[in-house]
Amino acid sequence: MTNLYGFIFQFIQLIMTLVLSPLLLGWINQCRYWLQNRQGPGVFQPYRQLVKLFCKDAVLADNASPLFRMTPYFLFACMCLAGTIVPVLATNLPFASVADVIVLVGIFALARVFLALAAMDIGTGFGNLGARREMMIGFLAEPALLMVLFTPAFISHSTALTTIVDTLSHTRFIIYPSMAFAMASYLMVLLAENSRIPVDNPSTHLELTMIHEAMLLEYSARHLALVEWASSIKLYDYFVIGFALFVPWGIASGNHLSSMLLAFLALFIKLAFAGFGLAIVETLSAKMRIFRVPEFLGTAFMLAVLGTLTHFLLEA
Amino acid sequence: MGFFNPDMAGILPISIILDILVYWLVIGFSGLIFIRNRKIVSQVLFPLGALGGIALLSITAFSITHSPTSAILPLGLPDLPFHIRLDALSTFFLFLLGISSTGICFFSSGYFSRDGNFSPGLVCLQFHLFLVSMAFVFLADDAYLFMIAWETMAMSSYFLVVTDHKVPEIRKAGYIYLLMAHISATAVLLCFGVLQKAGLQGIGGSYTFDMMRHLNLDNFWATTAFLLALFGFGAKAGLLPVHVWLPEAHPAAPSPVSALMSGVMLKTAIYGFLRVTFDLLHLQIWWWGILVLTLGLITAFFGVIFSAVQNDMKRLLAYSSIENIGIIMSGIGLTITFQSYHMQALASLALIATLYHCLNHACFKSLLFLATGSVLHATEERNLGKLGGLIHRMPWVAVLALIGTLAIAGLPPLNGFVSEWLLLQTFLLTAGFPQPYLNMLVPVAAAGLVLATALAAYVMVKFYALIFLGQPREKKLLEAKDANYWERLGLSWLASCCVLLGLFPVEVIKLLNAVPGLLIGQALGKVTSQTNWLFLTPISPDRASYSPMLFFSATTIIILITFLGVRLFYHGRVRRTTAWGCGYPMQTFRMQETAESFGQPIRTIFSPFFRMRSELPSPSDPAPHYHNITEDRFWYVLYFPIGRFIRFLSNLFGRIQQGRISIYLLYSFLTLILLLLLI
Repeated sequence: MTNLYGFIFQFIQLIMTLVLSPLLLGWINQCRYWLQNRQGPGVFQPYRQLVKLFCKDAVLADNASPLFRMTPYFLFACMCLAGTIVPVLATNLPFASVADVIVLVGIFALARVFLALAAMDIGTGFGNLGARREMMIGFLAEPALLMVLFTPAFISHSTALTTIVDTLSHTRFIIYPSMAFAMASYLMVLLAENSRIPVDNPSTHLELTMIHEAMLLEYSARHLALVEWASSIKLYDYFVIGFALFVPWGIASGNHLSSMLLAFLALFIKLAFAGFGLAIVETLSAKMRIFRVPEFLGTAFMLAVLGTLTHFLLEA
Repeated sequence: MGFFNPDMAGILPISIILDILVYWLVIGFSGLIFIRNRKIVSQVLFPLGALGGIALLSITAFSITHSPTSAILPLGLPDLPFHIRLDALSTFFLFLLGISSTGICFFSSGYFSRDGNFSPGLVCLQFHLFLVSMAFVFLADDAYLFMIAWETMAMSSYFLVVTDHKVPEIRKAGYIYLLMAHISATAVLLCFGVLQKAGLQGIGGSYTFDMMRHLNLDNFWATTAFLLALFGFGAKAGLLPVHVWLPEAHPAAPSPVSALMSGVMLKTAIYGFLRVTFDLLHLQIWWWGILVLTLGLITAFFGVIFSAVQNDMKRLLAYSSIENIGIIMSGIGLTITFQSYHMQALASLALIATLYHCLNHACFKSLLFLATGSVLHATEERNLGKLGGLIHRMPWVAVLALIGTLAIAGLPPLNGFVSEWLLLQTFLLTAGFPQPYLNMLVPVAAAGLVLATALAAYVMVKFYALIFLGQPREKKLLEAKDANYWERLGLSWLASCCVLLGLFPVEVIKLLNAVPGLLIGQALGKVTSQTNWLFLTPISPDRASYSPMLFFSATTIIILITFLGVRLFYHGRVRRTTAWGCGYPMQTFRMQETAESFGQPIRTIFSPFFRMRSELPSPSDPAPHYHNITEDRFWYVLYFPIGRFIRFLSNLFGRIQQGRISIYLLYSFLTLILLLLLI
């Protein structure tokens, strides 16, 4: 019976990933508008955007290959899968054992490689430029992300996210100094990987500064909708991974309906606060030049390595 | 048949393997009969060779768990017969040879059927001789046969490298290769000498590995033997700083030969190193492992950043081989360290990861080298900056090369990811060394490994996108033809190996598990005892688990549902038009990314590692010419000074040589007087 409940909750978690991610994006944007003394279109704007894009006619470039048309579906699937692996509501869901944190990083890398390939498929200048910059950020951010994940993996002697969450939240309450380094590094990686402001600007189409948007220039209508949706799911995934690592309290360890409701409530509060925090970071910082990004991500990488070293120095 | 064993004849796997090798030799020598007949050589002999590969693959997969068998061949010198032995380690490497050679032989049938500047029969002979000599390297059980097979391998591959010997660069590459091969062979020979001599107290003629196994060396001699093996086998594998021959020799050869050299021949060095370190030597000292780990990581990092700045597609792949050898070596380093502390479970996990990566590299690197062969044949262009858009002209090669690209970039659910996952798991488990500073080294080493693999993804996007995506950068690419049937068969074979090795890791590890049982003394228990083939759990499900099959099916299901959902609920209207030029009207295909521009971020970020000379035109130049040469510093720091020193020495000796007989007579007279005085 528990197995059946497990599958039901797993399914609920997938649906939540799909539904909540545009809402999260809308909330972050709305907070940003408020912080900038603007009215804003409301938190439901991303949904309207998706519906609009899904209704339009698709326009494809003459030399678009099947790879270009397949990529949006692929991205979408990768991000959804990542959302089901992370323990968002409960730690004992059946799908969690399919993959651990290293596989999670692999999934993000897979999605990135596909997007970069699709961007280079048409052969226009902007697609190429975006792909090159995205891959550059990727190879700098991916090691940093893995090193961030290694710190809790060393603490809990496991790379399975469920075990990490169990160790960090349920068994005992200790404040680990190494996790502070990891958290700082994780924030920097989150900003870079989701093309948020100090690294990239999600709302610009200025050629010199675009990274993520440059890769999507050739996409339209339903393909664009899927890619945009996948990007918002990616942001949501990064948020919930962050919650699982750094604020795991509230994630249920059993299948009881009450603890699930509690977990859901906790998730909602965490998302609201984190979204607001991201909006503040984005409002307070200016976009940096592309040449500075390696330094930024190099710092994140060093912080993450320091985190693991701190673990061995102080906590082992 | 060259098999002689009076006790049990005929049924042993070792005799079947010998039969296969004889069969390959027969095929090779029948190449001489049809020396000019391109059709028979390519359509009959090479496919027959592939059948040999399949046979080798099946027999080794079947017999890897058998206990070691040995035999004595009635060949060799009168009192020095050849000893051969088939144990788990040699069986595994023969399996690897079987997998790769099957695909490569099929591909060669297509590749060598096209016109070219070579004699097909000779290529056939050298090719099969190369295969047989590699197999004998794996089988040899004495230093004598090992060195003969090792030299035959070097010579036959040298002749294959210089197949197109009319091109001066290729001759130069062949020369460098030959030189390095012999330096490495000398070191290996010295290593065997140490192994045999140092323990030789009263035992005569111990050139067999069996004798070496039973000798107990003291620390000093063991370290000497180990360092010689590291240098000799490292030079053959392309370990830093003796890697410089690899990016010259591998691209110069015809593509199937490059595939064989990168995919299998580099592994013979890995095999030799494993054989000496774990089988012939009795003790392992912890700092050996740290040395190999460090060297491996430096090699991996160096290989990948150099591969990112290459313009030539085959050189890019050759540098990427250096990277992979680095990863394999770092795995061996971990294994040695664990073994020296008697942490056998971890040592066997590290060894499994290493062997898995060997197998993976044999598949995807061969696949990609073969794909460049098809591209080269279709376009006669190997500069990445002059290719592009081939996915439309060569869909077969494009799809199969995509699988190889994703596999080598270490992405799930393909095979490259499995070995990297296992290796990272090993790193994460390390926190139990008795020395605390070794524990601190682990995260740093893991960081290095992760950085190298992340960079590999960058390199592979560059490789794939510049060849197959975008618009054709040259007019002649419009006439490119897809690979022929044999080539497709070879590519598909290797691509499906990449997929299968990625999706069924538990089954593969069950096969590999015999090797740590032999070398470490303990096999990985958990993987095989757990009957669940879906989940790869090297230690326990709590610690880490990965199920590529479920991952793959879940992705497929989500893609299908999304696709159907989009199909069902929304109209499918699609309009085709020219790409949006962002308001710039005069865009041409020449304005796409080139190999240089894609490598630019790497060149800037890691600039201290390269030796660069660039020529940037001024903005007002009416005929601008951009020029950038990125070179390996090792040539200038290490090799050219050595070369200059040798030239200086030979000049000194040259002074003595005057070319006049009277002076030489004077020399002999003086020597005679000197000797008389001494005695």
